[in-house]
Amino acid sequence: MKLIQKKIIMNEEEMKRTLKRLTHEIIEKSHGIENLVLVGIQTRGVYLAKRISLELKKITKKIVSLGILDITLYRDDVTSISHQPIVKETKIQFDVTGKNVILVDDVLFTGRTIRSAIDEIIDFGRPKTIKLAVLVDRGGRELPIQPDFVGKKFPISKNELICVHLKEIDKIDSVVLKEKR
Amino acid sequence: MKLEHKDLLGLEYLSKAEIELILKTAKPFKEIFTRTVKKVPTLRGKTVVLLFYEPSTRTRTSFELAAKRLSADTVNIAISSSAVVKGESLIDTAKTIEAMKADFVIIRHSMSGAAHIIAKTISASVVNAGDGMHEHPTQGLLDMFTIIEKKGKIKGLNIAIIGDILHSRVARSNIWGLNKLGANVFVVGPSTLIPKEIKKMNVEVHYNIAEIIHKLDVVNILRIQKERQQQHLFPSLEEYSELFGINSEKLRNAKSDILIMHPGPMNRGIEISTEVADSKNSVITEQVTNGIAVRMAVLYLLAGGDGGECESFNS
Repeated sequence: MKLIQKKIIMNEEEMKRTLKRLTHEIIEKSHGIENLVLVGIQTRGVYLAKRISLELKKITKKIVSLGILDITLYRDDVTSISHQPIVKETKIQFDVTGKNVILVDDVLFTGRTIRSAIDEIIDFGRPKTIKLAVLVDRGGRELPIQPDFVGKKFPISKNELICVHLKEIDKIDSVVLKEKR
Repeated sequence: MKLEHKDLLGLEYLSKAEIELILKTAKPFKEIFTRTVKKVPTLRGKTVVLLFYEPSTRTRTSFELAAKRLSADTVNIAISSSAVVKGESLIDTAKTIEAMKADFVIIRHSMSGAAHIIAKTISASVVNAGDGMHEHPTQGLLDMFTIIEKKGKIKGLNIAIIGDILHSRVARSNIWGLNKLGANVFVVGPSTLIPKEIKKMNVEVHYNIAEIIHKLDVVNILRIQKERQQQHLFPSLEEYSELFGINSEKLRNAKSDILIMHPGPMNRGIEISTEVADSKNSVITEQVTNGIAVRMAVLYLLAGGDGGECESFNS
């Protein structure tokens, strides 16, 4: 299978603006950020959560706790697929009980990752609320899960793919539409 | 990167990359122990049978906890209460377990190669938890994991295994693994407990710890099996302790950050002094914790877990 690049749907400048807008929406909808914590889903959600937390600090002068979640061990297909990511670090060094958790991920597709993430978070405690922020919603849900904060809605077909590149690991900030051939 | 094996029978049969994959995978599992819910749902619905033909508390408990923390169901077959005492053969026992639809069989047996026989007989994944004088791969892996955690690497380190090398499966698994990862491996002990052929495994043999103590980064002290004394392999426990027991006197010329390891259970005052066992250089209790993480990684990878590169795929 080959991946062919079809279109750039977000460049560096647009990503910056999108994250800024997402941060403002999070502040607005959360009625302040006193009880707010951000949890990024490995791998790219972690960096996006970090960026949102920096943006939050710029706007509100306050620091929110940041957690890292690896959902590999909570997947529903561990033993049935031939390829899956290696288990990565999970790091939640605060009590989630009573908190308003914002889960952060790069691309929302089937919703299965988010289902796993919710299950895992709940094993850490009982948050007051869990909300979901994603950079791109590509449609194609298989579970009744919807995002609360969306950077860009971009419905695509099954044989297409959204690739999010972030400077921290990919040297470039961009969101690219690719096609599987 | 994927573990291309159904079973884990010994470190002899793993490549350097495969050993590194297991060690790398074990790391995030350790974090789970610090959670309130020390359990993840990964192996829900899988069955792990613990088949122990030799007494063992720590290895069996470690495997059982590893399986349970991955949400697998575990069944213990203790030898004294099993059909084996009624005369059932190893292969028949294995087939019976297979018929019960177990997904994993963890086996310890006094006969070298027992795990291989079972692995060939059944389709479930077999993990060798010690077979005779052959291998104890998860002990080797957890020792290496602990060394990397403390020293940051294995390559180039001087690591000595001290004691009864002849009867030790822990020694053999360590030697295979450490050599593959580029350590300089030394074995030290009485000549009667060091087989001549061990040199073929690419180790340096010494009969006096004082000769090499100053350059060692790690000493892994083996348990002296008291029953061996009846075979007259060494004159007395006192003499063994005098010549090979690790105490602060023998460590006087050692590096200040030398790592003291022991697979347990310890005979305090024989192969290791209490002072050394409880010193700040000792990582013996950490080995126990790491053992669970390493065994979780092994079960996870054998279950089909993979270090694939498809993370850019949306889900």
